[in-house]
Amino acid sequence: MTALALDRVSVALGGARVVDRVSAEVDDGEWIALIGPNGAGKTTLLRAVAGLVPYEGHITVFTDAAHELSRRELARRVALVPQVPLMPADATVRQYVLLGRTPHVSYLGSERRSDHVAAEAAVEQLDLASLAHRRLGSLSGGERQRAILARALAQDAPILLLDEPTTALDVGRQQQVLEIVDRLRAGGRLTVFSTMHDLTLAGQYADRLLLLDSGRVVAGGTAGDVLTRALISEHYGAHVDVVDAPGSGFVVVPVRRTT
Amino acid sequence: MTRSGAARLWLAASVAFLAAALLVGALVGPVHLGAANVVRATFAHVLGLHSPLAGPDDAILWQLRLPRVILGAVVGGTLAVAGAAYQGVFRNPLADPYLLGAAAGAGLGATLVVSYAPASALTGDLLPIAAFCGAAVAVIAAYVLGRSAGAGAGATALVLAGVTIASFLTALQTFVQQQHVDTVQEVYSWLLGRLATSGWREVGIVLPYAAAAWLVILGHRRLLDVLAVGDEEAAALGVNVARVRLFVVAAATVATAAAVSVSGLIGFVGIIVPHTIRLLVGGSYRLLLPLSVLVGAGFLVLTDVVARTVMSPAELPIGVVTAFFGAPFFAVVLRTSRRTA
Repeated sequence: MTALALDRVSVALGGARVVDRVSAEVDDGEWIALIGPNGAGKTTLLRAVAGLVPYEGHITVFTDAAHELSRRELARRVALVPQVPLMPADATVRQYVLLGRTPHVSYLGSERRSDHVAAEAAVEQLDLASLAHRRLGSLSGGERQRAILARALAQDAPILLLDEPTTALDVGRQQQVLEIVDRLRAGGRLTVFSTMHDLTLAGQYADRLLLLDSGRVVAGGTAGDVLTRALISEHYGAHVDVVDAPGSGFVVVPVRRTT
Repeated sequence: MTRSGAARLWLAASVAFLAAALLVGALVGPVHLGAANVVRATFAHVLGLHSPLAGPDDAILWQLRLPRVILGAVVGGTLAVAGAAYQGVFRNPLADPYLLGAAAGAGLGATLVVSYAPASALTGDLLPIAAFCGAAVAVIAAYVLGRSAGAGAGATALVLAGVTIASFLTALQTFVQQQHVDTVQEVYSWLLGRLATSGWREVGIVLPYAAAAWLVILGHRRLLDVLAVGDEEAAALGVNVARVRLFVVAAATVATAAAVSVSGLIGFVGIIVPHTIRLLVGGSYRLLLPLSVLVGAGFLVLTDVVARTVMSPAELPIGVVTAFFGAPFFAVVLRTSRRTA
């Protein structure tokens, strides 16, 4: 079943076409990573799916046209983890995770028992129980990333949009966060649509990659199809080698040219 | 569990603080009434029973002191909760109820009445209406101007529009005032704020607006917590941010305008009360908003006691007293917020 379908989606920002007729389908339970150079339109595409920027074309979430869903209904189906979330420094982890229940609470109502249970489950799933009373301002980068993931999980939306989930994390924390996402996906039939900065990690974790350049999809497929020297040097302007390392997928190595 | 226990404790402490402030406000004055008598007479009036106080003393309590004390409580609670609400919807710790031009608009309205209305037209009735309208028109103008800057501009555009409208209206007000130098004294004393009452009239003017605004603002306490993650993330969580901002700003503005119309411009309450509470109990609006009403009410009642006793029988303008305590406190808040940023 198709969880998320994009049909010739275009986004114009300040007169410039940042996303240009992108079509893609993400199957239920699949993980698709958007890769591409800075300014390719990856983040803007995620924001369009989350209903945060106006777009042309069609976005279908399961069986519904996204533009026909109310903000609240869309938020029940699609959870967004922004690249740099705005985290109120004096809120506790538990309060912050509970915010994920917002689309399930009526306008002037307050959370029910079931909302607290769902938030608590998300806290447990991301191993945050011992940090639940801590204020966000006192967390490390990796802990913050887990807190925002827990908030997204508490939202209980079948589609998870991740914008550069590993920025500013060390290599160990990067793996930790991506493993968590992969585990959640395997356990809860979560569909993941993410932008990824690190090409090697993108190839290792995503089922398929979509290479964007200047707002257009220029290549798509498995890591073997997309992570090629030719494509990367053409669209990133980079000099790389791609090593097919048995057991670790395709490793993209930057090459420094000495002459 | 421990958190909600702590919340209940803070609420109880704030109710006790307000009750103590009300009692002090009703007791302090040239005529000694006695605490027990004040409490019994107040309940007697509320319940329609016979007051234990003698005629003149009863009049002092019920016609002079209590209306003033209650007015102080209503105005103080309103300014504090409106300040907290503005800080929430604009995510700006320095926002106060006058941010969108309410003070400048009310000032212009009052100045126009004092300058142009014929003395026979009983300035006392016209002044609150003019101040109320001035404040409301200013905020509506700022809102329309801010929204015209584009939906994406959000909170910053609104704040800039408020600053623009406020400077323009202040310029107008200064101009009118310069044309009528004889009115400076009266306008000035109004601008500094005062809690003068004639019986229960002022309380009757402000209470309906204040109570309605408290309900609307407190009803949005959960949503103000959601807004703390920013307009975009709040929208991604399914919240119509513009609508929340409109409702909360409208409620806070109507209440502020009503408060200003009967008490003039009382500064700093909307900033120091919410910030003190934030420092003590943290930033969640679920607790901050109800505590702001209670503590703001008690704070202004006590401030008024100071204003009417230090130079007795003369009165200090209450705005001077709040600013005298408010300004140093504000400096501390600035330093702390810079450290945590």
